[in-house]
Parts: sequence; structure tokens; C-alpha cells
Amino acid sequence: MTAGSRPPASLPADRLEQQFVDAKPALTDSEALIEANRCLFCHDAPCITACPTGIDIPAFIKKIATGNIRGSAKTIFSVNMTGATTARVCPVEELCVGACVYIHLNAKPIQIGKLQRYATSKALEREARGGPPLFTPLPDTGKKVALIGAGPASLACAAHLALAGVTPVIYEKSEHPGGLNTTGIAPYKLKAEDSLREVEWILSHGVTLKTGVELGRDIEFAQLLDECDALFLGLGLGGDTRLDIPGSDGPGVWGATELIRAIKNSGGFTIPDDVSSALVVGAGNTAIDIARELAMLGLPDVDLVYRRTEEEMSGYAHELEGARSYGVRLIEQVQPLEVIRNGDRVEALKVLDLINNEEVELPCDWVVEAIGQRKFSFSLPDGVNRDDKGRIEVDEATRRTGHPDVYAGGDCINGGKEVVHAAADGREAAFAMLRGWDLPRGNS
Amino acid sequence: MADLSVNMAGIESPNPFWLASGPPSNSGEQVMRAFDAGWGGAVWKTLGEPIVNVSSRLGAIDYGGVAMAGLNNIELITDRPLEVNLKEIYEVKKKYPGHAVIASLMVETKEDWRDIIKRCEDSGADGLELNFGCPHGMCERGMGSAVGQEPKVLTEITSWAKEFATIPVLIKLTPNVGDILDPGLAAVAGGADGLALINTIKSIIGVNLDDLTLRPTVGAESTNGGYCGPAVKPIALHMVGALARDERVNIPISGIGGISDWRDAAEFIALGSTTVQVCTAVMHYGFRVVEDMLDGLSNYLDEQGMPSVNDLIGKAVPGFKEWGELDLNYNVVAKINADTCIGCQLCYVACLDGAHQCIHTHQGPCVAFHGESDHGMNPRIEVLAPVNHDPNGNALFVPSVDEVECIGCNLCALVCPVPGCVTMVPVDNGKGRESWNDRMAKGEA
Ligand SMILES: Cc1cc2nc3c(=O)[nH]c(=O)nc-3n(C[C@H](O)[C@H](O)[C@H](O)COP(=O)(O)OP(=O)(O)OC[C@H]3O[C@@H](n4cnc5c(N)ncnc54)[C@H](O)[C@@H]3O)c2cc1C
Ligand SMILES: Cc1cc2nc3c(=O)[nH]c(=O)nc-3n(C[C@H](O)[C@H](O)[C@H](O)COP(=O)(O)O)c2cc1C
Ligand code: SF4
Repeated sequence: MTAGSRPPASLPADRLEQQFVDAKPALTDSEALIEANRCLFCHDAPCITACPTGIDIPAFIKKIATGNIRGSAKTIFSVNMTGATTARVCPVEELCVGACVYIHLNAKPIQIGKLQRYATSKALEREARGGPPLFTPLPDTGKKVALIGAGPASLACAAHLALAGVTPVIYEKSEHPGGLNTTGIAPYKLKAEDSLREVEWILSHGVTLKTGVELGRDIEFAQLLDECDALFLGLGLGGDTRLDIPGSDGPGVWGATELIRAIKNSGGFTIPDDVSSALVVGAGNTAIDIARELAMLGLPDVDLVYRRTEEEMSGYAHELEGARSYGVRLIEQVQPLEVIRNGDRVEALKVLDLINNEEVELPCDWVVEAIGQRKFSFSLPDGVNRDDKGRIEVDEATRRTGHPDVYAGGDCINGGKEVVHAAADGREAAFAMLRGWDLPRGNS
Repeated sequence: MADLSVNMAGIESPNPFWLASGPPSNSGEQVMRAFDAGWGGAVWKTLGEPIVNVSSRLGAIDYGGVAMAGLNNIELITDRPLEVNLKEIYEVKKKYPGHAVIASLMVETKEDWRDIIKRCEDSGADGLELNFGCPHGMCERGMGSAVGQEPKVLTEITSWAKEFATIPVLIKLTPNVGDILDPGLAAVAGGADGLALINTIKSIIGVNLDDLTLRPTVGAESTNGGYCGPAVKPIALHMVGALARDERVNIPISGIGGISDWRDAAEFIALGSTTVQVCTAVMHYGFRVVEDMLDGLSNYLDEQGMPSVNDLIGKAVPGFKEWGELDLNYNVVAKINADTCIGCQLCYVACLDGAHQCIHTHQGPCVAFHGESDHGMNPRIEVLAPVNHDPNGNALFVPSVDEVECIGCNLCALVCPVPGCVTMVPVDNGKGRESWNDRMAKGEA
């Protein structure tokens, strides 16, 4: 076993995330059939173009309509091996669903994400119950690839490599695989156990996972480059960026992803009874997510505080809409100055009202900082460069870095997009490696 | 992954899916794209003496928001020169030697048949399909369905073709006959190597109510055309089954008519088809529909534990019986699942007005219509289901079936919009099997 490596831990039983119900519930058989039959089966469909992994959406929906669930799931997974989770976490309103031609008819667009969830979860259930596997990997080619980080980018890359008969070994620093799919996605979209179920399925194709191994601490680039034919970096981003204002260092002030992770993964974590209001600093999707999560957990008073205006926020309008339906408000054009506390208790957030140019104290019990994630800090091998925003630079078509054997994908190259972009990067990197070795793709 | 390859009357095909003779198989360029998409074979658009087509040519019926549930056409055979078609057949066969290319033919005299068959064989076609089916235009000139409706003529032309041809000869039948066995047996008598059916059904697709012209209009007029597409599938299935179960029909069948997906294809194969042909579904969605046909059929065969599509051919034929052979003592009754019922009452009104008045709501059958329970149709208290409530507290009247009265017709299960909500459950009435024929034999009828 590699230094530091430990087997993946199982999830604790009493996680706060278990209290959440799906915001978009699964379709029943009859709902799926009715919805699938509504699809017009467009040629050269705009939804396909809008999908970063280019899933043949009309084809997989048609297969649901003909009862060919296995074929439907294969159509999805053959281009997106994290298709079971992206079905649930993708901002479909901004991607495939937003491109559906029904919108031009002023009719309800096809619920593509829900149909994708239907086909993939049905097929994976059948396979788990002993049905014929969707994919059979090609025979061993003798090639070996090391992947850093077990998030969607590495998982997608490893899966496509494994199907082609390449041996992938994933090194993950935390105790659970899945990256932000396991630790960060809002639990009303996806719970950690669903993320782990997909990871398990991917691993079943011959992917080795070593958890508790951190690159830069337990293992070094030079060693990996020595042992393997190629290296894939799916590092994601670092921890929360912090405000660093007076009073922010202490109990009651959280980093957003730190708090989300506690809700999703920590056993026995609860919100104390004397906490009834929270201010979330920021207006990106992470800020909106945690605000909605706290409101759904029963906090009566949750507000977003944001330096600029609603029009300028980076979070999606449909996400803010969703949070507002749980009572979350957006306070615009205020700049946090100081966390006012009484010992260990937070009493208020002092902000500068940028319109009236005056200082105001907004009472609250918790402050959650959702202003971004840091970039990782260790040094990269020669040839692997970062741009001025800290993103690893890659060739657009192959996801290859300046080092001929090192590829990268996901949040660490795009600065933080979506799971589906990470999946597309992982696949393209795998395909580029296979092309380089003159090996066929395996996806039957 | 099941083996999909088949041999139809000596014609090898990588899979049972063929383009039917029609617009999708009009040119070599189309057929090659179809083969690239996955089609195993193609029956070329019918070749013959040069003709002139009209414009417009197609009409359709939309049903339940779905376009082209049924399609009607007044197109004739190919309007491209014979030499061009033959050259393209030659090119396709050269490029796709493993795929099946069948030349569809329709000419008049014995000499014409001799000549065109020779030229098709020279072009490399794997087989011939004699088009005795077209029910419009060509039949007015004594060809197409005019031949298919005259068993004697059909036998004679078939035997000419068998005399001239060295490659397999399939006979394409018209459904516009009283009994499909007549032309089917006539083809067998002429020595045919296989049958293909159905061609289109004589039809008028509709009348424009604005100007009272028929569709599809040619100026202010129109003519009867041929009907095909999903709507004709049950008619085609019956005709295929009727031939497949007759032991005198000892040649393979290519099933055609309304095949839109792998399920339709599997049904045709189970009823005795070795290959299936598709026209309308391709005209609607393109060659790409074959991808799910191949994938879905293969997955289905895997799930059925059938290693080859040949294992499915004819598997449903033994169950196709005469009415007189059916068991008169077999009984089913409807059961309504109260947990999935959405309270639409469609089964109730269907049984009340369109069947046997044995589904009841809590109010009694007639209250809904004139406020009184009368006509002696009050439901017996013991058959009433309890009233359920939806999450908002509204009463949800789950209808209940009076199983003593239910005659097991299936209507309620057919009209129910919720899959699996109404099921038909066999009841054991303690009586053994007895058919009408059995009763006749005992002199009891
Ligand atoms: C709060 C939040 C909510 C989100 N919600 C959505 C959403 O609803 N829908 C959506 O599509 N996207 C969402 N995203 C974005 C999405 O989660 C990411 O784009 C995606 O997970 C990126 O995948 P990745 O594989 O690049 O990185 P990650 O998922 O971050 O995975 C990186 C992995 O690498 C490991 N790692 C890092 N450094 C090392 C090292 N040195 N050694 C070993 N292992 C290491 C990490 O522990 C981690 O497991 C959200 C993000 C956040 C923060
Ligand atoms: C526009 C059109 C043209 C056709 N032309 C021919 C033809 O030239 N020769 C022939 O044998 N059948 C012809 N057919 C009939 C088809 O081959 C087929 O038998 C029929 O359409 C039923 O199949 P489907 O329901 O899949 O369309 C034609 C059908 C259509 C719609
Ligand atoms: S489909 Fe339309 S464009 Fe094409 S030939 Fe027919 S009428 Fe003309």
C-alpha cells in the first residue's frame, strides 16, 4: 500500500443531509414514459450541443420510450461516466433543458435531467442486482495511469481508461472519494451516498482507489511520473477563501464549503438551538446553496449579503429563485467590515451600506463566508504551468499540460465550473492518452 | 450481445432490419448512408418502365399530438432512369458486399421481366422482390396490386421470374384482398423463395374542409392512395401471422407495416418474420432510428436468454389459434389498485356506457347523470371500495369492480391512463378447458 493510504471510510449514520428531500424528485415509470414520448426526437438537437459532454439526448430518451433502459443508460455513460450524478446536479435550466425547442412553442421543455436520472439509476440498480454489466473493459494493455484527486474529473478519466484496458490508480487525500459530489453538492440535489454509489460502479471496472494519500505530502510527482505512463491532475480547488476582518476568527463564523461538508458528511453534526439567524456573505452558487440549506434546516432568518447588485451576481437566477422560495433574502450593495461578538457568540455583522455610505450592524447568530475557494499551493513539475488566476494551463483539445505526460481537468483548470465540465475534461484527457498510445476506446 | 445475422431465403444479412422499397431506398447515396447507420439490407425503390409522378404526394393523420400516426401516398415506382439505378446498385454492392441489396421490380410483359431480371442480376443484387402490392396508379395499368389480387396471374408471373432468375425471388403482397392466404399460396405455387408483406392499404387520408378537396391535393383533385405507418401495424401483423401458421406456406417471410421500433420488429419476428422492412419510420425520423432497433432487439434477446435472433422467429405463432379453439371456461376479472388510482373515473364510464355496467363509484351509477340511483343499477354495498383522500383532503373515489358481474373484457384496463393500475386477474372457476369446437363435437353447441 502507498504511504498514508487507508481504505475509504463508510459514511456515518446520523448526517444532517439525511433530513433533506429531493428538490427534483425521481420520475415514476409512468411519468418517465409520458415525458419520454413527448420528446420530438429532433435531428442535430440543440440540447446535445448545450451539453458539455455532448450526450445524444434524443437517442437516450427514445430508448426510454421503447423500454430499452439498458441501451439508454449506455448511450449516456459512453460519453459521460458520471452521468448518474450529473443527471441530478447539472444546472439543466442553463444547459440542455434551456435549449429544448419546446421553449420556442411556449411549451414545457422536456425534463432531460430527470429522464437521465431515471435511465441511469434504473440501469445501475439492475447491474447491482446481478444483471448483465453495461460495459465490459477491453483486455489489459499494460499501460498504467496515476490520477490525483477522486473528484468527477479523475473518476471520468479513470473510467474511460479502465474500459480501454488501461490500469488507473487514483490517489485521494480525504477519506471519501467523489470530490465535491460527495462533500459539496447541495443535499436536496444529491446525497453523499448517491455519489459513493456511482464511484463504486466506476471502480468496479478495474479502477484502483487509494484514499488518505495526499500529493505533496505522502507521494511526490517524480515518483508517480516514474511509475506510470501518464498522470492526470483532478485536484479541484482548495479550501474556502476567508474574509479576514476583525472578529471573523472564532466560533460562529464558517467557510461555506466547510459548513456544507459538515452537513453532508459529519456524523452527529447539528445546528445549536440558540442559532436562529445566519448571514451568508457572497452571491455565487455556493452562497445560494448554503443559504437555502440553512433555511431548509429550519433557520427562520437567512440572508445573503452581497457587495454588488442582483444583476451582477454570479449565482444562477433559478437557484436564487429556489432559495427565495424558502424565505432567503438578498441584501445588495453592502460590504462586511467586522464580526461583532460577545466572547464565543456572534452578535452581528457590521457592514458598510455602499449606497448611503454608512455603517450598519446586521444582527445574526452565524456568519458564513462564501466568497470563493483558494487555489492549491504545492509546486508542480516542470512544464506544468498556471495562469495568473492560478488555473493549470492545458491544451484545449487534449487537456494536456506543458509536460507531455501530465494531463489535467475539472475545477483546477477552469477555476470552478460544474461537475459536467469536469466529466468532459476527464473523458477528453483519457481519449487523448489513448490516441497517443494508438489504443482503441472501449465502450461496449 | 445476441447474434442478429439472418439468412432470408438464401439472402445473407448482418441483421434483420431492411429498408422497405420506397423514398428512403430511392438512390445509392441514401442506401449507403443507411448501411452506415446500421441497416442490414435495403429493398430498392421499385424499378420498371419510366413513369412520371405527381406533386403533391403524401398525406398523414396525426393522433394525440403525434405527427404521422398513419401516412398515405400516391407516389408511383421510381422516376429515375433504370441504368442509373442499376449502376448505383452495383456501386453499393461493391462497397458493402456483406449487406443485402434487393431489387424491387414491376414490369408488364414476359419479355420485360426476362430483361429486367437479367440486368438486375448483372448489377450484383442479392435478390429480387416482385412488387404485386402497389394499390394506386400502377394497378390502373394492370400492374402492382392488380396482379396481387389475381392469384392465377400472380402464380404465372412468379413462375416466369423463377424461370429467369438465379437469385432468390421474394413476392411482395398487397393487403387489399379478402384472404391473404389466396395470394400467399399463389406465390408458393409459382415457386417463390419468400414473401414480403404488407404493401400499403388502399385509402383516402382525408378531406380539406376549407375547400372540400381530398388530401393530398393535386391541383383541386386527388386520388386514392396507399396507407402505411404505425396505424397499419395490427393489420400487417395479422396477415404475417396468418401465412406463418399455415403449414403450406413453407417459405420465409419479410414482415412490413408500421414497424417503428425494436418492439414492433420483435413482434413481427415472433409472428414468423425472418427479416423486417421499414419505410414510414425512416421517412419520419431518418435512418438513425435503426440504432435503437439494433440495440433494443439485442438487449431484449439477451434478457430472454436467446443467443440468436433466429431463436425468436415464429415463437408466437403456436399461440395464434382459430376462435373456435379458444377455452370458453377461462375467466379473468378486473382488479383496480386503489394505491395508484388517480380517480379519473374513465374505467367507470367506459364500463357503464361501453361494456357491462359492473364498475361502481360510491355514489351509484346513475347519480352522476340525473341525480338519482335508479334503473335497478344500484351497486351492491359489498362491492363498494372505501373512499380514499388525496393529500389535500379531497375525496378520491376509487371505483370498485363487481367481480361477479365482470365479464373480463379488458376495456377498463385499456382506458386507464395509469400503467398497471387496472390488472386482469385469472379466476379459477373449477371448470376444465372446453372450446366451441369441443362443444360442437359433443353436439352441445
Ligand atoms: C458548494 C458547491 C456546490 C456545487 N454545486 C454544484 C452543482 O449543483 N452542480 C454542479 O454541476 N456543480 C456544482 N459544483 C461544482 C462542482 O462540484 C465541481 O465543478 C466539480 O466537483 C469539479 O470536479 P473536480 O474533479 O475538478 O474537483 P473536486 O470535485 O473538487 O475533486 C477534487 C478532489 O481532489 C482531491 N485532492 C485535492 N488535492 C489533492 C492532493 N494534493 N492529493 C490528493 N487528492 C487531492 C480533493 O480532496 C477532492 O476529492 C459545486 C461546487 C461547490 C463548491
Ligand atoms: C411514399 C411511399 C412510396 C412507396 N413506394 C413503394 C414502392 O415503390 N414499391 C414498394 O414495393 N412499396 C412502396 N411503398 C410501400 C412500402 O415499401 C411499405 O410496404 C409500406 O409503406 C408499409 O411499411 P411502413 O408502415 O413501414 O411504411 C411506398 C411507401 C410510401 C410511403
Ligand atoms: S420534403 Fe419538402 S422539401 Fe423535401 S421534397 Fe418533400 S416537399 Fe420538397
